[in-house]
Amino acid sequence: MKYDVTLLIDYEYSQPTDHTRNLLRLLPRDVPGQQSIDDWTLALTPLPSEQTWFTDFFGNSVTSTVWHTPIEEVKIALTFRAERHGEAARLLLSSPLDRLPRDLTACRDAGPESPLHFTAPTRRAPLAPEITAFARDVVTPGMSTFEAVQAVGRALHSEMTYSAEATDVDTPPEVAFAARAGVCQDFAHIMIAGLRGIGIPAAYVSGFLRTFPPPGKEKLVGVDAMHAWVRAWVGPELGWVEFDPTNNQNAGQDYIVIGYGRDYDDIAPVRGSMRGAGEQESDQSVDVAVVD
Amino acid sequence: MDKPTNTGATSPLLDGYAPTQGVADELFDRDGKMRPVWHAFVETLSNLSEDELRGKFERGRQYLRDAGVYFRQYSEDPLIEREWPLANIPVLLHEDEWAHICSGLSQRADLLERVMADLYGPASLLSGGHLPPRLITESTHWKRPMVGVQPRGGHYLHFLAFELGRSPDGSWLVLGDRTQAPSGAGFALENRIAMRRVFPEDYPRAYTHRLAGFFESFRDALQRLATDNRSEPHQFGLLTPGRANDAFFEHLYIARYLGLLLLEGEDILVQNGQAMVRTIEGPVPLGLLWRRIDASFSDPLEFNPESRIGVPGLMDAVRCGNLAMVNALGSGILETRALMAFLPSISEGLTGRGLDLPNIATWWCGDDAARAYVRDNAHRMIIAPAQSNDLPFDSHSETVRGAEPEIVGLLDNPAPDLVGQEAVSLSTTPAWTETEDGPRLTPCPMTIRVFAARTEHGWSFMKGGYARIGPPGDATGLAMQRGGSVSDVLIISDKRVPEPTVPQSRPDATGHRSVRTEAVALPARAADNLFWLGRYVTRFEDAARLLRAYNLRLATTDSDDDPILSEIEAFLDPVGIDVRDAIPSGLVDRLQAAHTCAARIRDRFSTDAWFALNDLSKTVSQMQETARPGDDAARAMSVLLRKTAGFSGVVIENMYRFYGWRFLNIGRSMERCDTLAAVLQVFADPDAPEGALDIALEVADGAMAHRRRYALEPTRDTVVDLVAHDAGNPRSMLFQLRELQGFAEGLPGANRSARPTPMVRELLPLRTQLEVNLPSEITTEALSDFRAALTRMSDRLAEAHLR
Repeated sequence: MKYDVTLLIDYEYSQPTDHTRNLLRLLPRDVPGQQSIDDWTLALTPLPSEQTWFTDFFGNSVTSTVWHTPIEEVKIALTFRAERHGEAARLLLSSPLDRLPRDLTACRDAGPESPLHFTAPTRRAPLAPEITAFARDVVTPGMSTFEAVQAVGRALHSEMTYSAEATDVDTPPEVAFAARAGVCQDFAHIMIAGLRGIGIPAAYVSGFLRTFPPPGKEKLVGVDAMHAWVRAWVGPELGWVEFDPTNNQNAGQDYIVIGYGRDYDDIAPVRGSMRGAGEQESDQSVDVAVVD
Repeated sequence: MDKPTNTGATSPLLDGYAPTQGVADELFDRDGKMRPVWHAFVETLSNLSEDELRGKFERGRQYLRDAGVYFRQYSEDPLIEREWPLANIPVLLHEDEWAHICSGLSQRADLLERVMADLYGPASLLSGGHLPPRLITESTHWKRPMVGVQPRGGHYLHFLAFELGRSPDGSWLVLGDRTQAPSGAGFALENRIAMRRVFPEDYPRAYTHRLAGFFESFRDALQRLATDNRSEPHQFGLLTPGRANDAFFEHLYIARYLGLLLLEGEDILVQNGQAMVRTIEGPVPLGLLWRRIDASFSDPLEFNPESRIGVPGLMDAVRCGNLAMVNALGSGILETRALMAFLPSISEGLTGRGLDLPNIATWWCGDDAARAYVRDNAHRMIIAPAQSNDLPFDSHSETVRGAEPEIVGLLDNPAPDLVGQEAVSLSTTPAWTETEDGPRLTPCPMTIRVFAARTEHGWSFMKGGYARIGPPGDATGLAMQRGGSVSDVLIISDKRVPEPTVPQSRPDATGHRSVRTEAVALPARAADNLFWLGRYVTRFEDAARLLRAYNLRLATTDSDDDPILSEIEAFLDPVGIDVRDAIPSGLVDRLQAAHTCAARIRDRFSTDAWFALNDLSKTVSQMQETARPGDDAARAMSVLLRKTAGFSGVVIENMYRFYGWRFLNIGRSMERCDTLAAVLQVFADPDAPEGALDIALEVADGAMAHRRRYALEPTRDTVVDLVAHDAGNPRSMLFQLRELQGFAEGLPGANRSARPTPMVRELLPLRTQLEVNLPSEITTEALSDFRAALTRMSDRLAEAHLR
């Protein structure tokens, strides 16, 4: 499946700010066997004084932009073509949940794909007893880890209401969970906290969804903006799987990955700092069109 | 232990000195013999009476108070300062023993460097099974952005501290490594200066190794690291979290002592991968930061996004290889408690040699055999989180005794998040204790902190240390978590230690080194604070003068609707000062604002000035409690005015006449000029009530000069002449403008072209106006324009130098 993707982000600063520095994690990475990216353009207005690229620890593509003179507004326009490869038939050989601790103990890999980065609580996905208890209640003895991941994601989906008003970007997952409402970012963080709470390594995925569903299917939630879902490690054989708790499904052909992190902080689309105390407002639009 | 059998020196102070069985003691060895290094010192003590000794101790405390050394603990109020808890008796160690310790620590420092290079490089310690990977991958101190980044200069670690204790058999143990941003070296220096006041006697003074050489060589190393292989000079500085930090005084002290720039995050920006200091001359390149701020807070873009004290882009400068860090970001990982369980075998594995100086026996409870051992021996263990990076005796340590039943219970299942450590008995050292039978020396547990710096010739060690002394009785020292005292560690030679032969730059009484001559940049933030300090102090003073006039009038009238009183009230009310209070809170706020500015730049003026300002603040608070409107308040204002003059005098007279001094003075002159214009606007307005001109003269402190010059009742013309035009009157607008011009023309860049700077361009027409025009032409409206021009002048100054 091929997609043409356009992302427009508009930041307005209430006071012109001196020396604005942003790290952008917007351009999708290549994921071997899963997706490849082509023909991309990234345009920033006004033109930054500095624009450099680097790859972060997890292999995500990062653009560093700096404006040396005061700016009131930044417009970001990203276009690219993505090819989402067909899922290679994979044996669903995930570890039984009770074997996972041993699998993790046996793992000595500290490289970017290692599950060991994704076991500990993080700032935006801290351990929360209520969320852990919820996840624990959903899994049953004898489940494979993959089944457990799906069970937690599904249970979360039916428990939570999607609401853009209930939370903001800084709402802690335990608060969103207590309200049983939130957006994709909250769904993802709650699921990550729950999976880690029961010993399953879990990562945050930032990315895009196709805008219009295949004929006969319903339009997905979250297509009008950037999306987020969850990646979980289910044992050495199957490795990583992706699940979208907001849409209650495995993240397959309709999904384009920007990158992976331990939580939102690692893969936030725009991480910025301005000198001065101004407020900022942002607006974004996303179009993910299928290429025939 | 047997009763001490003294071989020479003795003192009644030692009556009943009885070290605990099975614990080493610094004063007496295992056979009960006094260690030779203490003989002469005990003799010194025994030659002094109790009162003489108390007098000496008081001298030490007085020095610390005078020098402004204080101790700050994070508490509900982060700005509470306490008296520095200096113990009166130093710890004495022989130089041979010290050399042995340093040799062991040198090996350890090299090992830590190698571990660091591996954890941020190939991670073979993890893949090779030498370290459980999750200890690292689950740590918040392992900084992923640093993986694969080569440190500038080639080394990760440059300044280390080790916490040591002496075990019962007399050997030394490492209790903890401080690798992130070790504190205490500055405090050790202060302890030493204080201790020299307490014991100036030939012994121990002349036989004690000095500390200065260590700092000198480290400063040289920093300079080399900052500037080597550069085509242009680079600045280097000490990065502090700011004055709310518990060790801020130390940052201030070290910066002053070594002549380093004291920088806060906002002083630095990163451009094109190069860190720069924002100075009054624009950004200048920065080559090195000695950071006293944890990596997590160092850059909100790549570490904790909530940090307000970091530098956005700092990691970028590090990644580009343009900024040396002391120590490298991410070095906090080496403080992980559980690492100590593995360092002995890592040393064997990496170097083929065990640790010459062992660390405290540590068991990681993720290993079943180790966990079983800790559980079975819990009564002689201390337990802490495996990831903990504090020291067992720190006030906020998470370390607890293993004997607690609920702790032992945790060890029935795999516990990879816990470590057990042997609850070693620390050695005791004599501490001065006042008892019912008079003062005595009593044995108290102690640890010492040893400092190491990387220099051209390898690791160099401070010849002295920083001792922490706990309350008597608890040999494990865990009671130190609730506080204790600190002391100086003297490294004693058998021979007299020669005075340094090279003429060294010696710090003066306030710690300043005057011999250092290289031009150090003035950060824009420091200049900004100096400028505002000047403005706020003057603003405070001018308000106090008006309030004095108000209260004097109040004391001599019984009319509530006295037009002059209403006029002053109407003048002060819009600026937030309620004249009906004897000491209005708006007045106190102005002083507080000055104090806040001053506190941020304490490294730039003398301790005397700081104390004068503190004294002023204290006086105002006391007066707030007691002063009543009228005569009493007027007298209070007079006291405040005198004290303000004292502060200004100390600052202005004693400050080195460089750029900083100019910014302070520009602030003062600008503020004074504005106040005078504002006062004339209101009190010399043709519609002002009868007697208003007297108020204008009072604020300009010009009543006497007026009588002498004009010999008649004040008229608008005579008052405006004196307060606006008279260049001989220091409280005239023209005088202040000329001063301002002089200060402004001495600022950097002022002579770059023949043209005046933007600030001076705003100033010149005002000056001409005052020189040429007649008092009658300085109308209320003209004064209003004049003040607007002053505001523009302030903006031009800020644009050129303060951002």
